[in-house]
Amino acid sequence: MDRPLAAMRRIIRSLLRFWSASLAVQMEYQLNLLIELLAVLGNLAGSVLTLSLFYDHGQRLGGWSWEAALVVLGLYTLLDGISSTLLQPNLGELVKQVQNGTLDFVLLKPFDSQLWVSLRTWSPWGLPEIVMGAILAQVGVWRSGVRPDPQSLLMAMLMVSSGVLILYSLWFVLAATSIWFVKIWNATEVLRSLLGVGRYPLSAYPNSLRLLFTTLLPIAFLTTVPAEALLGRATPSWMLASAAVALLSLAGSRLIWQLALRHYTSASS
Amino acid sequence: MGFTEALARAWRIARALLLSQYALMLEYRAEILLWALSGLMPLLMYAVWSGAPAGAAAGLSPAQFARYFLAALVVRQFTVVWVVYAFEEDNLLGRLSPLLLQPLPLIWRYVAAHLAEQATRLPFVALMVMGFVALVPAALPPADPVRLLLALLAMHLGFWVSFLVQHAITMLCFWSERASALERLFAIPSLFLSGLLAPLDVFPAGVRAAALHSPFAAMLYLPAQLASGGPIDLAAGFLNTFAWLALLIPLNIVLWRAGVRRYAAMGA
Repeated sequence: MDRPLAAMRRIIRSLLRFWSASLAVQMEYQLNLLIELLAVLGNLAGSVLTLSLFYDHGQRLGGWSWEAALVVLGLYTLLDGISSTLLQPNLGELVKQVQNGTLDFVLLKPFDSQLWVSLRTWSPWGLPEIVMGAILAQVGVWRSGVRPDPQSLLMAMLMVSSGVLILYSLWFVLAATSIWFVKIWNATEVLRSLLGVGRYPLSAYPNSLRLLFTTLLPIAFLTTVPAEALLGRATPSWMLASAAVALLSLAGSRLIWQLALRHYTSASS
Repeated sequence: MGFTEALARAWRIARALLLSQYALMLEYRAEILLWALSGLMPLLMYAVWSGAPAGAAAGLSPAQFARYFLAALVVRQFTVVWVVYAFEEDNLLGRLSPLLLQPLPLIWRYVAAHLAEQATRLPFVALMVMGFVALVPAALPPADPVRLLLALLAMHLGFWVSFLVQHAITMLCFWSERASALERLFAIPSLFLSGLLAPLDVFPAGVRAAALHSPFAAMLYLPAQLASGGPIDLAAGFLNTFAWLALLIPLNIVLWRAGVRRYAAMGA
């Protein structure tokens, strides 16, 4: 085993190689850029229109102002873009590898297998969504009249990162269960549709669901809590909870992966 | 061949196709359960709408939202279409050529697969409905047999509208390898304008009028509104559905004929 620093450098160097290779492959399909741009704009327009229905006649949704709700929607769009860029391409590949038995080759490589299956490839087509989401969140913050100072901006970034880690763990755990159930890809569709909850602030939901979305399925930490942080009104306890949930779910994903590998018997055996 | 013989032959083929596809789908019932679960969006939208002041301001009670979204959930389950993905895979993997040799237009194989999948879904949808009604008793639709039958009819016609729209896009597979990307684009207005996320009644008047004349309203809003007992212009709704069907059927025939003529197998 090499020293940690050297190992880290090796991992980063390999990842850069992988990613430039996948970019080269995707560039074969340039028309996709146009289609993805249209899809992102269409989706965004539709989401904003749907959100605006809740603000007709001067009403509010869950006590959130229109501008503040836009921050939530922006963060949702950003996370959805991350799903399309990293999570879906990689974890979809994992499910395929389990089906075809090619996961064997990954496990034989001198590279951390969880990192490999999670970060092996990426798709540039989710980038427009990430950018549009970030812009929408920015517009919402700005129009709410909030001018965040560097410190709260840093905290907000941490909350967003926690959200990303939680999102990753949810996807990864689901994909890892394909080692037991093989045909699991549809389950990610269930996850994606449940994540749609994150389009609206948590307080828009009834109490029972709020509890569900903060504990069992921590969607609140994906969009609502980071949005509160961006708007400069997150309480320290929520921030701590968010960081704790992120670390816990990351550790959980590691644990599940190790457990899954112990059960892995390769295809057709 | 006489008419009765032709009919008997069609019945034999339909039976064989449906039964074999049903057996195939039963193999994948766990997967279909997951598909069914991924259609829970209307229930989440119910949770938001029932507590939203904007819903009350638009004159809709929580009970009305409950009935509407339960109906939307059911309709959505039986109008989901995936022919473009099945066809694209068959095309890319070279399975299309042997299928094209069969003396049966390919479309019927996919129609049978969809109907068989709907039959496989049935028990899961029944469970979801029972669960929702147990949680929210107000969601139970009014016992009006005529309206419910009309809703069933509208739902099945809605399936045909969705199927034919997607099948038309699927035919572009003959020209391009990326027909499913086009389907992705088409799914966007269908998500927002079909009434899945909100009954069309709460939309601004202009958007609502446009949606009511679109195939999207035929796919979900019309049957859902019928089943939930909400106010609806029956004649205009069905007229819209039939108008789209009248447009889509010839379009699909033309595209299919032109496409098959172009077909040259993958990799050739």
